Amino acid sequence: MALLDLQDLQKSYGALAVTQNFSLTVEAGDLVGILGPNGAGKTTLFNQITGTVRPDHGAVWFDGENVTQLDASRRCQRGIARSFQVPHPFVGMTVYENILVGATFGRSTFDPRKLALDVMDKTGMGAKANKLAGSLTLLDRKRLEMARALAADPKLLLLDEIAGGLTDSECISLLDTIRDVHAAGVTIIWIEHVVHALMSVAKRLVVVDFGRKVTEGDPAEVMASPEVKSIYMGEDAHG
Amino acid sequence: MEWINVIVQGVLIGGLYALFAAGLSLIFGVMRLVNIAHGDFIVGAAYLAMVVIQATGLHPLASLFLVVPAMAAIGYAIQLGLLNRVLGNDILPPLIVTFGLSIILQNLLLTGFSADSRKLNAGALETQSLAVLPGVDVGYLPLLTFVAAVALIAGLQYLFYHTAMGRAFRATSDDGEIAQIMGLDNRRVFAWAMSLSMSVVAIAGVFLAIRANFDPFMGPSRLIFGFEAVIIGGLGNLWGTLAGGVILGVAQGLGAQIDPGWQLLAGHIAFLVILAVKPRGLFPRID
Repeated sequence: MALLDLQDLQKSYGALAVTQNFSLTVEAGDLVGILGPNGAGKTTLFNQITGTVRPDHGAVWFDGENVTQLDASRRCQRGIARSFQVPHPFVGMTVYENILVGATFGRSTFDPRKLALDVMDKTGMGAKANKLAGSLTLLDRKRLEMARALAADPKLLLLDEIAGGLTDSECISLLDTIRDVHAAGVTIIWIEHVVHALMSVAKRLVVVDFGRKVTEGDPAEVMASPEVKSIYMGEDAHG
Repeated sequence: MEWINVIVQGVLIGGLYALFAAGLSLIFGVMRLVNIAHGDFIVGAAYLAMVVIQATGLHPLASLFLVVPAMAAIGYAIQLGLLNRVLGNDILPPLIVTFGLSIILQNLLLTGFSADSRKLNAGALETQSLAVLPGVDVGYLPLLTFVAAVALIAGLQYLFYHTAMGRAFRATSDDGEIAQIMGLDNRRVFAWAMSLSMSVVAIAGVFLAIRANFDPFMGPSRLIFGFEAVIIGGLGNLWGTLAGGVILGVAQGLGAQIDPGWQLLAGHIAFLVILAVKPRGLFPRID
């Protein structure tokens, strides 16, 4: 049984179709990369998986349950967590408190403090535990995004352009964290423009443009496909 | 000595104003809701206590064991059934709904209990006092009210900063949409907050009703005192709210000392001056 099954999702804002006939199946343990130009509808897709946006048509199945009508908080409790492209920490709370909120109200609520401490360890936020999240640098805010999502103890982790703006060494340490999380059994879907980072961990790539799935499959094959070349390199790819 | 007495009494009455204000501050802090019916809920809680006392013969303070849970339950239900439906990006609909609630409550109380003013009898507690200085007597009741206000604010402060519920309030207040994605159902969080606010309202109502006469129409003026205390202290700062209540109480006492007719005016003037000089209040929360 697939962990996530998106069935024929459609979403429009007025005349603008942001998701069109989108179907995708993600098995437990998969690590799927999503590529696509700006405005292709990738983030809207995440919003429909987490429940902040309801599709006009189609269904979202998660872990054998139709969650299309569930609100975001209930989907989080069932094991869907995400990070945001632009970090949105709770600025008036400390790093530890931010993570603790995720740990307290997410999927596992047995021992939130221990979970929060584990996540801080894993993401290297321990040294900044008592800093106000509003005072963090961009890199630390991105780390906190990841930490907060992990604190919810997700089965499915959605990462939205988490590598953007990082230096090479920062990116390498981020990739290590992602590999560890994945090795621990978390299924990951990762939207990313930093293609080499995505390629180094993704088992499967999905390419999205104009709200449609253009192609999906083995990362190397997808990157070599003419559709992807034409999206990323324009008309020249055909010439 | 007379002036010292005025200030001491003013500080103590400030405790009552802080009780009026704390629930208001809490609701505004968590869901940006300005509850126009807050004062009427305080008066409603006073009537509820009166009914409980008539039925059971309990002391007013003991009646709190029933009135607080009852008001908390009412708050939870009103939030889930009514206020959550109108809360959104526009602050006007909830304002109008609570304004409507205020009018409905006043008229329900009028129909149920007539326009006669009532009072709760707390026996010896109302008359006994403590001589702290020559010429400065502190009544047990005002002292107890002040201590209750300090304890309540300390308790709320602890709840906000050291408990899971407090983190839920702060997270939802900070960014409701993100909190929702992190497993916090905003509607439930708001209902807890209203429930807590109404518990504070119950305590404020009983202390008000022991101290002075109450009638169905005195809610709005309690609301004004509550507003003034919140704004003087700085929005979102609970200890500031206590300070705001004290400043208001002292200003009213000093005004009354100059001329009995100036009591309320002096409080409002102090409020206006502080609003003009420091529009964010004396102790705004640092964000």
